[in-house]
Amino acid sequence: MPSALFNRLAAGLTGLALCVGLAACGPAALPPGDSIVDADEAQNRAVHRFNLALDQSLVGPASRGYGSTVPDPVRQGVDNVASNLAQPSYVLNNILQFRLGQATHNTLRFVVNSTIGLGGILDPATAIGLDARETDFGETLHIYGAPEGDFVMLPVFGPSTTRDTVGLVVDIATNPVRHLLPAPESRYVTVAEVLDRFGDRYELDGTFESILYESADSYAQLRSLYLQNRRFELGGPVLSFDPGAAAGNNIGDPYSDPYSDPYINAYAP
Amino acid sequence: MPMLLDPRPSRRTFLTAGTVALTALFVPRGAVALTPALATGLVEQVATEITRIINSGRSESAMISDFDTMMGRYADMPTIAQSVLGPAARSASPGQISAFGDAFRGYMARKYGRRFREFIGGTVNVGGAQDQGRFVEVISTVNLRGTAPFEVRFRVWDRSGSALFIDMLIEGVSLVISERAEIGAILDRNGGSVDATIQTLRGMG
Repeated sequence: MPSALFNRLAAGLTGLALCVGLAACGPAALPPGDSIVDADEAQNRAVHRFNLALDQSLVGPASRGYGSTVPDPVRQGVDNVASNLAQPSYVLNNILQFRLGQATHNTLRFVVNSTIGLGGILDPATAIGLDARETDFGETLHIYGAPEGDFVMLPVFGPSTTRDTVGLVVDIATNPVRHLLPAPESRYVTVAEVLDRFGDRYELDGTFESILYESADSYAQLRSLYLQNRRFELGGPVLSFDPGAAAGNNIGDPYSDPYSDPYINAYAP
Repeated sequence: MPMLLDPRPSRRTFLTAGTVALTALFVPRGAVALTPALATGLVEQVATEITRIINSGRSESAMISDFDTMMGRYADMPTIAQSVLGPAARSASPGQISAFGDAFRGYMARKYGRRFREFIGGTVNVGGAQDQGRFVEVISTVNLRGTAPFEVRFRVWDRSGSALFIDMLIEGVSLVISERAEIGAILDRNGGSVDATIQTLRGMG
């Protein structure tokens, strides 16, 4: 890990410690959709080239092999297992986020799918309204007021931010399933996750190919798509459904509107 | 100067200007104000037409051409063209902007038209619409086969005189912002030349 990134992570963690200590801060302000802070762009682009090479030589072919040999219902079962094994981690984060309704929802989903769903192979929970409500420690940090930080391209894992990189490390380290299951079974978590990713890579092949290999600058595309979507995940309902926030309750705050007006009026005099 | 002494041209100009001003005064542009209901109707109309194109069973090139025509009818191409060009739009001539708009429309039609088969059997359910001040945002849920439902928002405004689309956001990802990154990369590669960028776009997608 480059020392610049390490320093920034350390600074982020210190800021977070202060923030939790003060215990008076709400969610961090989300930058508008097209705002990009990418101080380590050269380094990030190098990592992106590595990821592209990895996708071309290994992940892409492996995904296509997996997708074309393993029948669809089996792949769906693997997706379900991976999703189910992630539920305890979601619940843990929901509790840390003080979102107890979500914690209950995700607990019920885990219980239903682990029992009636035959250990998570089937997904009867979605059919009864207990759809997957994913979260992660990056979101928990956001709720605690940790700012997004810089854009970061991670090897293998792909696009992220300073805050979400910290979140990813914490999520991997604290995943309850890894700690509660005995040695051989706990490794199934990783296997299911990797196969799940291969399945996604196969299912969304058209999208992956279009972004990674058909765009003029795949790095810039990935960065833009990731940041917009991530900010939407974190703030969507609160920030962009609330006309009051956009209408001027936060006058003077450049970040009050997540989608600061990007449209150039072609009919302006 | 004889021109100044001849009252006819200036009189005609005055009358023309007066007519235009009166028309503007008594017949507001767009005739019907853009409301969330109107925008919702527009989204439903476009969703129906796109579904018809996708399920038409016609050849890919015919569908791409249909999609191109539809964009010309329902999208505010001058606004979209300038918005994706970004700062480069300020120094571009009206002719360049218009040519860029056409090239961009063709590029979008090819880029997404080639992937229409992924959308076969999909449905768009409009959930609601909100007046956001500068534009109306229509919020919908799209169901495609084999994927979890996802949110798509359509932004409509009537600056051109009629209600037209200016953007579409899929799970928070704006088409205009994403394509601005892409067009920016092509502009950079072409040393900032809008004409060269138009040429590149014609061969892309």
